[in-house]
Amino acid sequence: MDLLSKFYFNYSRIIKTIKIYLLLAGPGLIVMIADNDAGGITTYAATGAKFGYNLIWFLVLLGPVAYFVQEMTVRLGAVTKHGHAEAIFSAFGSFWGWFSLLDLSIVNWLTMVTEFIGMTAALSIFRVPPVITVIIVVFVMLGIVMSGRYWTWEKITMAFCVVNLIYIPAAFLIHPSVSDIFRAGIIPNFPGGLNGELFFFLMANIGTTIAPWMIFFQQSAVVDKQMKEKDIPWGKVDTAVGSFFTVVVAVFVLIVTGTLLFGQNISDAGAAIVAIMPINSYVGVLFAIGLFDAGFLGAICIALTSSWAFGEVFGWAHSLNYKVKEAFWFYIFYFFGLITAGAVVLIPGAPLVLITLFVQVIAVTLLPAALVFLIILLNNEEIMGKYKNTLFDNITNISIVMCIILISTLYGISTLFPNLFG
Amino acid sequence: MKGGTEMVAIESVFGERIGSILRDSTGKIRSINQKYAKPQIKLSRGAKFALLFLRLYLIFLIVLLGYKFWTIVHGGT
Repeated sequence: MDLLSKFYFNYSRIIKTIKIYLLLAGPGLIVMIADNDAGGITTYAATGAKFGYNLIWFLVLLGPVAYFVQEMTVRLGAVTKHGHAEAIFSAFGSFWGWFSLLDLSIVNWLTMVTEFIGMTAALSIFRVPPVITVIIVVFVMLGIVMSGRYWTWEKITMAFCVVNLIYIPAAFLIHPSVSDIFRAGIIPNFPGGLNGELFFFLMANIGTTIAPWMIFFQQSAVVDKQMKEKDIPWGKVDTAVGSFFTVVVAVFVLIVTGTLLFGQNISDAGAAIVAIMPINSYVGVLFAIGLFDAGFLGAICIALTSSWAFGEVFGWAHSLNYKVKEAFWFYIFYFFGLITAGAVVLIPGAPLVLITLFVQVIAVTLLPAALVFLIILLNNEEIMGKYKNTLFDNITNISIVMCIILISTLYGISTLFPNLFG
Repeated sequence: MKGGTEMVAIESVFGERIGSILRDSTGKIRSINQKYAKPQIKLSRGAKFALLFLRLYLIFLIVLLGYKFWTIVHGGT
């Protein structure tokens, strides 16, 4: 009887904890899974096709890196109740504020173009014309945000996050050798030696794991969700769960392409789908659905990031808790970003490859600044009070930030000068 | 003739509206610049150094982009 009551007590406690988590989960989970956007899936697919399972260990390492960076935005948002753009203006003045805001809006818009490239490529497998894809996607994205409740948007978006896990059944369908995965992927190794090509892939994977929009998005989402200081531990759990899933999805994409396309050069995720279809059409279809979902999640989050940022700085009403007529400019900005990014994909002969490369270069100009601002703000006792970075936080975060700045800079340079690293 | 007059009237209204939006935006940007004219936190020596590093880093990137542009213009890749 005693055992039964103990079991019931523990059971109810776990259920209660899960219920609280589901209530407070959102920004961390969404930002991390949306991080596996169309560009991310392309990078993982190309990495798997090129190096097989050999770089799984590297993707696993990137999970904690993403967690430590994003966790800081939870604390900053919950304590200051301001988004990252507003925090930069307020703390560092208008020069750095405008620089961050304009750079963010350019890099976000270009990234949205790449999301639309991914979505149209994915649905072209099902013979859906790009123009139909763009129109439907823009209207669905408008419908999702126009409910006038942050909660509704968040839960619908979390449903799209679940679809991102589609790469897991895709991997099981092709029966990869588990022993091969563990033998090749778990122990750190550099296939073919640390040459220029491998280094480029490592940099690309880091570049896709930490993007500037993620910092701005999560902080603004934390504010819009009205999270308070007492919710910080849950925000951290949410971010940790999200970073776990982002790694899981990345690893499974790598397993799929590492099994089916090993040794091939894949230029983009659309090309990976085309190559997979003749080998296993079910997996090809799942891959296409996953790519569409990745682009969709990325676009919706990135468009919101820009709207939030401009709303914070220009003083517009900028919350998903407002109806359209209450936050007109916020929604107009969101719609304008989406429709123009979608329209670019439909222009015949648009330089889409150049845009994809340009995203990486522009992101390099913003990412170091956003990360440095984050560290400075998190160390300011006046702003953060008892939630400021501890010594451990600083050692970890400053090391991560320095590595990211160095590697993302090298990545940007190697994009500009492809022959530089051999 | 009537159509032409209507067209001119529409252009005039449209032009006024655009002008008004531009004036409002300029005023808004000016007020944002005034509001955030100075950093509102006390910057430590480390923070000041980090901001200086960022400025130099950005200058470096701009020079790099400029060099790339120059090589493209002069027939490079």
